[in-house]
Amino acid sequence: MSDFRRIIAKRKRQDFVFNIIGIVCTLVGILTLGALLVDLLVDGLPRLSLTFLSSFPSRFAEQAGILSSWVGTILIMIVTACAAVPLGVAAGVYLEEYARKNWLTNLIEINIANLAGVPSIIYGLMALGLLVYQFRLGQSVLTGGLTLAFLILPIVIVATREALRTIPQGIREAAYALGSTKWQVVRHHLLPYSVGGTMTGIIIALSRAIGETAPLITIGALTFIAFLPPPPVQAQPPFISFGWIWSPFSVLPIQMFNWVSRPDQAFAVNAAAAGLVLIVVTLSLNAIAILIRYRVRKRIKW
Amino acid sequence: MGKFVEPSSNDRLRSQYGPSDKSAVRVQRNESVTIKAEAEGLNFFYGTLQALKNINMEFPANQVTAVIGPSGCGKSTLLRCFNRIHDLYPETRYEGRITLQPSGINLIGPETDPLEMRMRMSMVFQKPNAFPKSVFENVAFGLRLKGIKGRELEEQVERSLRSAALWDEVKDRLRDSAYTLSGGQQQRLCIARALATDPEMLLFDEPTSALDPIATGKIEDLIFTLKRDVTVIIVTHNMQQAARVSDFTAFMYLGELIEVSPTKKMFENPSNKLTEEYITGHFG
Repeated sequence: MSDFRRIIAKRKRQDFVFNIIGIVCTLVGILTLGALLVDLLVDGLPRLSLTFLSSFPSRFAEQAGILSSWVGTILIMIVTACAAVPLGVAAGVYLEEYARKNWLTNLIEINIANLAGVPSIIYGLMALGLLVYQFRLGQSVLTGGLTLAFLILPIVIVATREALRTIPQGIREAAYALGSTKWQVVRHHLLPYSVGGTMTGIIIALSRAIGETAPLITIGALTFIAFLPPPPVQAQPPFISFGWIWSPFSVLPIQMFNWVSRPDQAFAVNAAAAGLVLIVVTLSLNAIAILIRYRVRKRIKW
Repeated sequence: MGKFVEPSSNDRLRSQYGPSDKSAVRVQRNESVTIKAEAEGLNFFYGTLQALKNINMEFPANQVTAVIGPSGCGKSTLLRCFNRIHDLYPETRYEGRITLQPSGINLIGPETDPLEMRMRMSMVFQKPNAFPKSVFENVAFGLRLKGIKGRELEEQVERSLRSAALWDEVKDRLRDSAYTLSGGQQQRLCIARALATDPEMLLFDEPTSALDPIATGKIEDLIFTLKRDVTVIIVTHNMQQAARVSDFTAFMYLGELIEVSPTKKMFENPSNKLTEEYITGHFG
């Protein structure tokens, strides 16, 4: 009998030890993130102000601001979303619902998963050769947005497929059994039911794209830009202008990188403040993704 | 295809069917009963696996035909041939004919459009699979596919819900999500959805196996009233249900049709020994 007790006591000790190890590992991650945030807050918060957000960069640290950077970030995100979302969702729907399961489809699937792991600077090199020189799109918001769209395309495709997979086969059979064509099933059932999961994936993909620096540097994003792209709304007809698509740009991470590389300590404070803005935006996007996922889960429970 | 005679004590038609006997199985009944569908030489393959072996049987119009048999005997496979839902999956192959009366077309022929067949046959599945939409939209979906809208749509939806004995329970909650209904109500909603398009045949694939006895009873009563307007085929695991609900019963085993008779005769005096063993519970 005491044999049992000894063995059990030993296993309980191992259990306890693993419990502690797990807690420590979790804490390492959380504390690192916490330290990073605290560091940014301490350095950057005093510098954060409305003037900071509405000034252009300058040689003088006190006058420098991130106006062109955050406007550039938003414009790039708009182009990225408009390019990546339709392409990615359509590709995901095609691969999941329409494509026949043969060796070619398997090859495509494997390669899409691989693309998600390709280093982002390679996308920058590809975009430089293809978009900037071959298609002559120049070093513009359009090029930057398309580059990031290529980058996050695999993530959107995979997110769409995963969302579609959560829909039970019984629902599809019921829709087909009423005489729908495949497109009717996709349009009236599959897309509406999977929109929660797909949106979550898209937002997470976008929040990744927001922080990408290497590909944008490669295609020629400016590090010092003291003007804004032309506004999309004009006083003269036609009242909408797309001039902003062709304009040079900068983004927040690049601005931060530029400031941190300077010897002047005051610029490091600016960089910290910019970093704070970037983190707040990223965390907000993630929070929106979580909120959407929560709301959709409440509505549809398979 | 042949005449059907009233069985006499001397001239009783024996529905013997052994593995080597390829003769058609005739149902004993009056000449006045019309046939809605007839399977002739029906074989079905999942890839190389043959799931249905030379099925020859008739499905009388406006009657309930039950198909019983142990798991894996092919009864669901047979049912799913009717609305061509096998076409959604790769490597499935039909051989033979299922003739639909009165048009005479071959249900499973390559020249027949599966979409048209699915609009004319409606299926109710084992697990209630209501769409995560409102109660109204669930029933309306099949009608919208046909292009019906507006006032006519609302009237048809109400008519279907009444036919499914669900209207009184949901008339105040038409815009609520279908998932707020109980399991039995959801299955009746699926029946209403199936009825909405005025199908010629209703195909029930073990409709009550996931439901409690009270819900089961309500659905069985419903099936009984439905046969006035449609021909019903019900696949069921539950022999007692077949005995309660159907006019004709077919017994299948390992992909072959062993016997088909009027229900009373099937359960009281089956002609085939295998049938008798199954019904008395010697295997299953």
